[in-house]
Amino acid sequence: MIGLQHYLTVSAILFVMGVLGIFINRKNVIIILMSIELILLGVNLNLVAFSAYLHDLVGQIFAMFVLTVAAGEAAIGLAILVIYFRGRGTIAVDDANRMKG
Amino acid sequence: MGYTASFALSLPEIILSFGAIALMLAAAWAGDKASKAISVIAVALLAGAAASLLGPSGSGGVGYDGLYVADGFSAFSKLLIYVSAAIAIIIAPGFFDREGEMRAEFPVLILLSAVGMGMMVSAIDLLSLYVGLELQSLAAYVLASFLRRDGRSAEAGLKYFVLGALASGILLYGISLLYGFSGGTSFHAVAVAMHAGVGTGLLFGLVFVLAGLAFKIAAVPFHMWTPDVYEGSPTPVTAFFASAPKVAAMGLLVRVAIEAMGPAGDEWRQIMIFCALASTILGAVAAIGQTNIKRLMAYSSINNVGFALFGLVPGTAYGASGVLTYMTVYIAMTLGSLLCILQMRDAEGNPVETIASLSGLSRTRPGLAAAFAVFMFSLAGIPPLFGFWPKFMVFDALVDVGMWPLAMIGIATSVIGAFYYLKIVKTIYFDEPSDVRFVPLRSTTEGVLILIAALFVSPLGYFTVPLLGKATLDAATALF
Repeated sequence: MIGLQHYLTVSAILFVMGVLGIFINRKNVIIILMSIELILLGVNLNLVAFSAYLHDLVGQIFAMFVLTVAAGEAAIGLAILVIYFRGRGTIAVDDANRMKG
Repeated sequence: MGYTASFALSLPEIILSFGAIALMLAAAWAGDKASKAISVIAVALLAGAAASLLGPSGSGGVGYDGLYVADGFSAFSKLLIYVSAAIAIIIAPGFFDREGEMRAEFPVLILLSAVGMGMMVSAIDLLSLYVGLELQSLAAYVLASFLRRDGRSAEAGLKYFVLGALASGILLYGISLLYGFSGGTSFHAVAVAMHAGVGTGLLFGLVFVLAGLAFKIAAVPFHMWTPDVYEGSPTPVTAFFASAPKVAAMGLLVRVAIEAMGPAGDEWRQIMIFCALASTILGAVAAIGQTNIKRLMAYSSINNVGFALFGLVPGTAYGASGVLTYMTVYIAMTLGSLLCILQMRDAEGNPVETIASLSGLSRTRPGLAAAFAVFMFSLAGIPPLFGFWPKFMVFDALVDVGMWPLAMIGIATSVIGAFYYLKIVKTIYFDEPSDVRFVPLRSTTEGVLILIAALFVSPLGYFTVPLLGKATLDAATALF
């Protein structure tokens, strides 16, 4: 029987993978965008699992809001990435170092 | 409560969001040459939204079935937010016109961000909290990278976006845990669950939510984005980031801490104390070696947020009113400083950002030098200036609840911070004039704004203490 704990464990793993993906990845920014999506998916899984467990619809409605906002966030992230690429000609994470201190 | 009553409560957001959409259509239709007119209308909309706070949207209570509240606290914070947003719109054309980058979207983005910030300070449900926060952040990411041809601006936008999205993710994970372990998303439901006992699940949710919010106010250890974003963003945008979103996030943090997590005060107090101490110390120490003035202002904002957090630590109405007072005075000081930085332009009109270029300013531009000195002394909290008063209030609130050791450490850190503020004053007044000659003041509006801010943080500011004290205390009492 798959219970609440299993869902919480999977979503915690997804969340941690997403956070590690942002910090360990040194290659390119697209992977960071993917990691952010992974974090939000982990959260959505959490919300839906709790919603089913509590017999309360709010969690699922919340997940819908998160999906919508995540779409807008990805669009803005890609747009910023495009102007960054135009000016710099690269999207490698290590090259984002024009400012230091 | 019917929908009409709810609409009346959220009148400022309705004015701003419909106005922003209409202005966006106007911008698409008339192009960038209409940006002046659109800026004027945007400021008028902000004034209208602020005026509507006099009605039910200032103190009408809970609406939208418990998603939104209009009380004294939200009204006071919204007033601060609208004023700083309006100033950001007013100072933008003078900066962007020179680069040929003034676009009609700028005021629209600020308006949308203001809607989000209004939602943040009015949210009494985790759902409206999240949506408001995201609306504010998404507009802010675009604003940071507004100078599309400038590599630094794009990099600032990118860094802000990545770290801001990470912070939202952390906040959301905390929200999902709070929802799951308390059974509801309203602040009240969370408070009831925490009153019954703070288990592991709720504790994890609390830590994640506070981490996400600490990110938004740029408190240590979640401050690393601030210097890069402040340095890279266009200066009017930096002025905006340093003022309005700070107030909104701080207001949100105070409301979440008191209304949702009030029963878990002992748990979040440790986090706040750590964040406050770390922010004041790191903000003061890391600023010493800076050579870029905008970067220095970033560390100054980290430092000031730490002091404001001290006001939240006692968890009393007086402490919360100290936070509001702090944010009010901080906005005047930081906007004033950034307006002065906006005046730093060489003979060709290019922005200069090095601290070294300020040397000997008192001989070439005595007025600007005096204003700079007033803001720096005030930020350092030197007594006759008004910047001393909010620092006194937050430490007084700490002493009131018997946390005087913490207050003493806080005062010691403010002494460290005074060092780099005074170093700038020394550069301006006692160093040999640099080769850089700044162009004379071009805009009387900016001059008047600097003058108003300087008068407010000067000793004359103490005349506002009875009014400010009553307004902030009324606002803070609405939370308890």
